[in-house]
Amino acid sequence: MSDGSAGSPPQGNPKSAYFLSHADEEIERRTLAVMVDNEPGVLARVVGLFSGRGYNIDSLTVAEVDASQHQSRITIVTEGTPHILEQIEAQLLRLVPVGEVIDITKSKRGIERELALVKVAGKGEARVEALRISQIFRANVIDTTNESFIFELTGASDKITQFVDLMRPLGLVEVSRTGVLSIKRGKEKG
Amino acid sequence: MTTQTQTKPEADARTMTGAEIVIQALREQGVEVMFGYPGGAVLPIYDALYSAKDIRHVLVRHEQGAGHAAEGYARTTGKPGVCLVTSGPGATNMVTPIADAMLDSIPMVVITGQVPTHLIGTDAFQECDTTGITRACSKHNYLVTDVNELAHTIHEAFLIARSGRPGPVVIDIPKDVQFATGTYVGKEGIHKPTYRPRTSPHPDAIAATVDLMLQARRPVFYTGGGVINSGPEASRLLRELQELTGFPVTSTLMGLGAFPASHPDWLGMVGMHGSFEANNAMHDCDLMLCVGARFDDRVTGRVDAFSPTSKKVHIDIDPSSVNKIVRVDIPIISDCTEALAAIIKELKARKAKLQDMSGWKQEIDIWRARQCFAYTNSDEVIKPQHAVERLYELTKDRETYITTEVGQHQMWAAQFYHFEEPHHWMTSGGLGTMGYGLPAAVGVQAAHPNGLVIDIAGEASIQMVMQEFSTAVQHKLPVKVFILNNEWMGMVRQWQELLHGERYSHSYSESLPDFVKLAEALGGHGIRCDNPAELDDKIREMIDHPGPVLFDCCVEKAENCLPMIPSGSAHNEMILGEIMGNEIGEAGKKLV
Repeated sequence: MSDGSAGSPPQGNPKSAYFLSHADEEIERRTLAVMVDNEPGVLARVVGLFSGRGYNIDSLTVAEVDASQHQSRITIVTEGTPHILEQIEAQLLRLVPVGEVIDITKSKRGIERELALVKVAGKGEARVEALRISQIFRANVIDTTNESFIFELTGASDKITQFVDLMRPLGLVEVSRTGVLSIKRGKEKG
Repeated sequence: MTTQTQTKPEADARTMTGAEIVIQALREQGVEVMFGYPGGAVLPIYDALYSAKDIRHVLVRHEQGAGHAAEGYARTTGKPGVCLVTSGPGATNMVTPIADAMLDSIPMVVITGQVPTHLIGTDAFQECDTTGITRACSKHNYLVTDVNELAHTIHEAFLIARSGRPGPVVIDIPKDVQFATGTYVGKEGIHKPTYRPRTSPHPDAIAATVDLMLQARRPVFYTGGGVINSGPEASRLLRELQELTGFPVTSTLMGLGAFPASHPDWLGMVGMHGSFEANNAMHDCDLMLCVGARFDDRVTGRVDAFSPTSKKVHIDIDPSSVNKIVRVDIPIISDCTEALAAIIKELKARKAKLQDMSGWKQEIDIWRARQCFAYTNSDEVIKPQHAVERLYELTKDRETYITTEVGQHQMWAAQFYHFEEPHHWMTSGGLGTMGYGLPAAVGVQAAHPNGLVIDIAGEASIQMVMQEFSTAVQHKLPVKVFILNNEWMGMVRQWQELLHGERYSHSYSESLPDFVKLAEALGGHGIRCDNPAELDDKIREMIDHPGPVLFDCCVEKAENCLPMIPSGSAHNEMILGEIMGNEIGEAGKKLV
């Protein structure tokens, strides 16, 4: 029936609108800043849109950024084909409390940062080595006992991942990460 | 409190209970009719409604009926339909109509009662998370916890429901907020800064569209429910633009009536059960002008084979509809009325000549000559197509409004009942809700007391909401329910015949009610007809009866609805006439 350039869902017919296949398109990773009215349920709307329409969320952060305007900024890291990413933006803008969606990645002027709290326990040489590496990464020690440190570290996500990987053999206990925050370079807003 | 109101008489009128605020806001929004069902958590609002003689309340038998009635009212008037139901089961029974209105872009404002604020989250009696449940299927929703926000919220809800791409908006009001006293504010100046639907087309897109129109040799208008939603002016402009260009016109199920079916350039409906000429024209055109339609899977069929040679222009008020299913060349984000007006203006200003389309029209005539809706009539048994044809012939000269349920009868109604004007055809398109038609007819009749309102139904669908016949009797809404009774869930049976080796799993209703007795038991009039020779007289009897009628039209049981584009096939691969075979491939069977 079809020459089956198969999509991921049921190995059925990729030619129907049910199984729109974008297998030939590259998956891209995007960071979106979603400016919303901080009203009850707004986060549920955004998250529900992603789960309901089958989009991915790699990380999500949210906080009020302008109390007088009741405005919150939701930063979402997502991935998909260019077609899906275009839909994500359009679907987000359909939500009534969403005022603006800024594609930080596409703008090429984005800065992305993440904050992590990393607990490492150990004694002797491992403990010294952990502290030494933390200095290289410019992490702060925010809590310490005779047998542990909690490091506070900010940076791009891959820097944090790299730090966590280095801590693993040195007694890594647990990690807490904020997810990505982003903003554009330059003097303009958005 | 008392002294305060005495010293400030001006503020007096603007201070009222939450329940009174609701009624006053509805009044200010011009609501004349609402549909609802009382219950514990909305009793204060019902109490305020008791003395509001200017708002007619239609008491339904099940909250789903209230929702579909409001939808029917909205589709035929263009005004938001309003419902009032209680918390818990009242709200959950409304979910289907809300989802239905969402998919068909129908303006609706649903007011639900909620348990008092201090009980929210305690699993109180008749509590449910109404905003949580309706979030994914409404355009927007609110839980109002402060009585001073109530009036503003209701006005904003109406604004959102009817503007942009219309849709359902839910307002959940806890009982203590209904009792509390607060300040009323009027609707003037209400706006929501983050909500800015774009309604005017970009001039460059209009110019580029006209460029394509001037080059087109095989153009087609593909119109949809957006033309209807945009208001009567959009239908008028569509006709004007068609007169200017002579382009042939097809429409989705939702758009029927925007363009007159009697026009020589009308192709009939497009899609799975659309006409052969419409689907072939869509497939072979070189310019597709999509006006207020959204490339639904029931329209496109196989997407990679969808209209392969055309340039596509898509007018839609919702940016997320553009490039969702089918890539288009020129997106025009706009209200249909404004876009059509701009195209007409630009086209007239060019004073250029269109291409010769005589070859294209001849091709279309060849497709037309296949007479895709032809069927073999019978003297012994009523063919469902014949029943709809006779219904059309006997009602076309009246002010007739048609609603439908969902299934074969719906497609036969779309194929054999012909519409000249918008807002005369109410059907559940996107969600495909069996049980929509009767309550929708109740809503339509409430809007047009003197119109002839007919629900073309199937015997299976009608049983989903049959109780609303009693609503019609109570409120003296003389709706006619014309049941094409083939004793099967006809569309399910048809698919089982085609796709599942004639294994008719649970699609036969072993036990049907006697619809004539049922009508009488509910206080209406029942008519049964199983003889083609008596059909006309009995349809006339139905029309002439002053009250609600259940018409049990016993039709051919095994009739299939044709033509048909099988799932997974392209527009030019329609099954025609009675040549149904096992033409659907394995892959197509996986699609519904």
